[in-house]
Amino acid sequence: MNQSNQLELHHAIKIAPDKCRACTHCLQVCPTEAIRIRNGKATIIPGRCVDCGECHRACPYHAFYVEQDDLSRIFDYKYRVALFPAVFVSQFPENISEEQIYSVLKQIGFTHTCEVEQPISVLIDSIKDFAQNEYDSESPIISSFCPATVRLIQVKYPALTDHLVLRNAPHDLAAWYVRQRLAEEGIDPSDAGIFYITPCAAKIAAVKSPVGEKKSIVDGIINMSEIYNQVMAKATGVTGNFHSCDCRNEISREGILWSLPEGEKAAFEGKSLSVDGMHNVIRILERLEDGDLPDIDFLELRACEEGCAGGIMMTGNRFLTADRQHSRAKNFPKAQSSVGMEDLAEKLRIAPVQPRPMVHLDTDMEKAFAKMEKARSIMCHLPGIDCGACGAPSCLALAEDMVRHEARMTDCIYIQQLWQKEGKISAEKAFRNLEKRWGENRFDMDCSKRGAKNDNGFGLMNEGEDADLY
Amino acid sequence: MKLNFQVEGGNFAKAGVASSEVKKVLKKLGVPPMVIRRIVVALYEAEVNIVAHAQQGIISVDVRHDKVEIELRDKGPGIGDISQAMQEGFSTASEEVRAMGFGAGMGLPNIKKNADELNIESKVGEGTTVHITNYFAKP
Ligand code: SF4
Ligand code: SF4
Repeated sequence: MNQSNQLELHHAIKIAPDKCRACTHCLQVCPTEAIRIRNGKATIIPGRCVDCGECHRACPYHAFYVEQDDLSRIFDYKYRVALFPAVFVSQFPENISEEQIYSVLKQIGFTHTCEVEQPISVLIDSIKDFAQNEYDSESPIISSFCPATVRLIQVKYPALTDHLVLRNAPHDLAAWYVRQRLAEEGIDPSDAGIFYITPCAAKIAAVKSPVGEKKSIVDGIINMSEIYNQVMAKATGVTGNFHSCDCRNEISREGILWSLPEGEKAAFEGKSLSVDGMHNVIRILERLEDGDLPDIDFLELRACEEGCAGGIMMTGNRFLTADRQHSRAKNFPKAQSSVGMEDLAEKLRIAPVQPRPMVHLDTDMEKAFAKMEKARSIMCHLPGIDCGACGAPSCLALAEDMVRHEARMTDCIYIQQLWQKEGKISAEKAFRNLEKRWGENRFDMDCSKRGAKNDNGFGLMNEGEDADLY
Repeated sequence: MKLNFQVEGGNFAKAGVASSEVKKVLKKLGVPPMVIRRIVVALYEAEVNIVAHAQQGIISVDVRHDKVEIELRDKGPGIGDISQAMQEGFSTASEEVRAMGFGAGMGLPNIKKNADELNIESKVGEGTTVHITNYFAKP
């Protein structure tokens, strides 16, 4: 059994309970209905979460954060490699040059830098090879670039896992590539730490428990917004001591554009379709499941609008970032041939991605049947308002939680109201029920909440938190 | 468990409502993903057929413990020669409908490919009734 089959996958999205006010914004946006309010705090059902970060985007209190390693950890190694995607460079305003960005990375303490899309030709050829020589099921093949969409498919569209391209993402490839280059320099592998600066939680989760892969190849994950802030603070003072090292001359046009919408599509000859944004991805996967897509050879999916330029750890505006990225790409040559890098290509192969269906009511179908019938009867009583005040994303989700014994009828505030009117429950008891779900004293006066008298913005900020510029 | 849906002929914006509901239910029951896929493809195709050709229709889906039985009844032109309609590439869809990407003649053959059991009755000028049965496990 490989890791992808285990239920306990690694998750990079976390909740800081002290910041969470259980405002329910996150409940509604989660594509897999993974969030519930318990004891007055949002909690994530691990098996369902695909680390897409929609909750992180939606939270007005910045209670969601992305787990990462401390920057100081790089100094555990003699040689410190910063591995980052092209979007990292493109998100800076025009007055900050590429040279300055690279220089600051060195100033921070990295000894080597590498853009993850550098060896992209290896991946392009490998995906083509997969499409032509390995894949023998129904079209289309689906890109496995965006780990949030890969996990979404595993959890919500398990029948479509067969369509996934069985190749690693560029960051894995780049990590192997860097290891190779370091070896050429005569550096002992144990002396080198490779740190990945990522645009999103999904990639962190993927790096920590890769789908269809045994072990991750990077040594740590660094918060992109933290590095962003450092570059913004230090870039102006940097002088031109930059020297073009670290194989930066291998950056290619295709590589730079890879993580944006149509980036992969451009490298693919057949008929292909590029879809970005979680809700769009869902729509297209539904249609694919229905057998209602015209013949397409390749389906490129990105959970974020504008692809990785819209990643949750990105500080820059996604449209400006994508625009700069397109301009930047024009300065670089087309990707060179991957001949001579066959050993790298080998590293790209992954085992088939296993389905992880998480929406069933019971593992036993008979029991699932009974539960569904019960949930349908419960739905006759619930108001159908989908208000979230019960702590579940919708009335139906509450009904299903009830048949799984994870919630009760009195969690519905309207039912409680009705039962009080009918004299089935005392006001005292009803209120205690509310407190059970929402936390004690939750309904006391509090002027620090959003829009109230003493609202002071977003409250305490996380260290290194990104200022949303959407 | 019975699920019923009304289908409006000519309204492509609503085509697929029945199949997406049925899909949700089957996923929650834990029916094997590949089994669901076949059912949904067959149902979707049949549903779109009603939208494309008929004035209106009713879909009744009976979800049992071991199988799904689907009946699609429509009021419409009916099919004159069913065996001819079963051949790939045959279509009576209007130019308009074809331009929208529907009715390319994939309909019945595709339903047949994805249904374990398929039965079609039709009267020209009155309508068509399609029965689809798919089993959760191979008998
Ligand atoms: S990261 Fe995505 S899947 Fe996970 S809880 Fe948040 S919204 Fe839901
Ligand atoms: S589109 Fe890019 S940034 Fe967004 S979740 Fe996918 S890989 Fe991460």
